[in-house]
Amino acid sequence: MLEIRDLTTSYGPVKALDGVTFTAARGKITAVLGANGAGKTTLLRTVSGLIRADRGNTYLDGLDLARMPAEKMPGLGLAHVPEGRGVITELTVEENLRLGALGRADRSRPADIDRVYSLFPVLESRRSAVAHILSGGEQQMLVIARALMAEPKVLLLDEPSLGLAPRIVVQIFELIRGLVESEGLTVLLVEQNARSALSIADIGVVLDLGRLVAHDEAAALAADEKLRHAYLGF
Amino acid sequence: MQQLLTTSLAGLTLGMVYAAFALALVLIWRSTRIVNFAQAPMAMITTYIALLIVDAGIPYWIGFVAALLSGLVLGAIIERVFIRPVEGKPEMNAIILTLGLFVVINAVAAIVFGSHYRSFPVPFGLRGFEVGDVTVALTGFDVFSICSVVVVMMLLLALFRYTDVGLKMRASAFNQEVSRMLGVKVTGMLTLGWALAAVVGSLSGLLIAGGDLVYPSYMDSVVVYGFVAAVLGGLDSPVGAVIGGLLLGLGLSVVSGYVGSELVPLAALSILIVVLLVRPSGLFSHATARRV
Repeated sequence: MLEIRDLTTSYGPVKALDGVTFTAARGKITAVLGANGAGKTTLLRTVSGLIRADRGNTYLDGLDLARMPAEKMPGLGLAHVPEGRGVITELTVEENLRLGALGRADRSRPADIDRVYSLFPVLESRRSAVAHILSGGEQQMLVIARALMAEPKVLLLDEPSLGLAPRIVVQIFELIRGLVESEGLTVLLVEQNARSALSIADIGVVLDLGRLVAHDEAAALAADEKLRHAYLGF
Repeated sequence: MQQLLTTSLAGLTLGMVYAAFALALVLIWRSTRIVNFAQAPMAMITTYIALLIVDAGIPYWIGFVAALLSGLVLGAIIERVFIRPVEGKPEMNAIILTLGLFVVINAVAAIVFGSHYRSFPVPFGLRGFEVGDVTVALTGFDVFSICSVVVVMMLLLALFRYTDVGLKMRASAFNQEVSRMLGVKVTGMLTLGWALAAVVGSLSGLLIAGGDLVYPSYMDSVVVYGFVAAVLGGLDSPVGAVIGGLLLGLGLSVVSGYVGSELVPLAALSILIVVLLVRPSGLFSHATARRV
C-alpha cells in the first residue's frame, strides 16, 4: 500500500504538486490522470525520490519514503518505470535486466530472469541484442521487465502507452493487469490516455495544476461526463 | 627492412603506452564528460612515489605496485574533493578545474620532489634481443610494457563485461538518472571510475619513466599524445582509445624514424587536425547512436 499525504513539490516559484493526498491500495491499479502539466510525472518523480518534496510524506507499507534517496527505492520494494522508456540503449537486453535485479531487496537467491522472459518472450529472443535496436514496444516491455527484476511491491508506471501502436498498448496493459491479479502488485499508472487507462485501472485520481480534483472508482470517473470533459479530454 | 622493423617495434611499444594513457582519459570522459588534463601530473606523482620506494633500496616491484595503488587512492580523492563539486555544472568549469590541477600538482611536485632530473630504474635489460647477429629494437622492458598494458586492458574488459560492479559502472556512465532509479549508487561508481582511470594512467607513467629521466613535467607531452589518441579513437570508446594509441604510436614512430624526431609534435598535431576535420566523432565513437 502506498500512502501519499499532503505531497507538495515546486520548481522554483511554481508549485507542481500542491498538497496531494491519496492512497494507492495494495493489489490495485490506481490511474493518475490529468492534462499536460497537471503534475503527474512530478508526482511519480517525487514519490521515487528523484525530486525532493517541499512538504508531505509518502508511506510504503507504513515506512516513510520522503527524503530517502532514489537509489534506495528498489531495495524497499518500489520500482519506477520512467516516461520516455528509460532503456539504457548502449547495454544489451540481458544487461538491462541484470541491472534491474541488482537493486532488489532479497539477494539471497539468484534473480529469476526466466520468469521475466516467460512474461515477455520477445525479449528472450533478443537477449543479446543491444537495446537501441529494439522497437518502441519492445523497449517499453524491456523497462517494465527490468523493473520487475527488482521484485517490487509497488510499480510506478509513467506513460507506458506513449508513442506505441494501440495493439501494443493493449498487450502491455493486459500484462500489467495480469501481474496485479496474479502477484498482488500495487500499480500507480500515470497516463495521458485517460480512456484506456481507466479501462484497466480500479481507482482513478485526477490532477489539475498540481491539485487533486477527483478520486473515485475508475468506472465512476469514466461515467462522469462533466469531469471527463473538464479534465480528461474524452 | 631493418629500419622498418625498428620503427614498427618502437611504434608498437610507444603506442601501447599512449593507449593506456588514452584509455585513462576515455574512462573518465565516458562517465563524467570531463577531459582530465590532470591525468599527467597524477601519473607523475605516483611515479615519484615508486621512485622514492626504489631509491630507498626496496625492490622495483613493490614500488611498481605501490604506484598503482596510490594511483587508485589519488584518483578517488581527486574525484571526491575537486570534481564532485563541479559535476552537473557547465562542462567548462570542470575543464578549467583539471587544467588548474595540472598546474598546481606540477608546482607542488617541484617543491616536494625537486625539479632536477632523476633516473628511473627498469626491471629488465634495456638491450635489444639478439636474433642471429642482428639486434632487434625490442628490449625486455618493451616486452614488459606491451604485456602489462594488454593485461590491464583484459582485466578492465573482464570487469566491465562480466561483473556486477562493471555493469553498474557502465550503466552510470550511460544514464545516471535511470541507474539511480535501479538502485545504483552513481556517485560511488564515478569515484571508482576515476580511481581505476588513475591506475591505468599511473601504469603509463611508470612505463614512460622506465629507463628514462623523471622530473615534474615529464608527463606533459604524454597528455597531448594520449589526448590525440583518445580523440582518434573517438573519446567514447575504450577499444577506440587502444587502437588510436597504437595508430598514433606507429605513426609518430614512422615520422621520427624516417623524417626527423623534431617533427613528432607537429605530426601529432596534424593528425589531430585531420581527424577533427574528417571524422570529428573519431574512428570508433558511438556518439551518433546514442542520440537515438
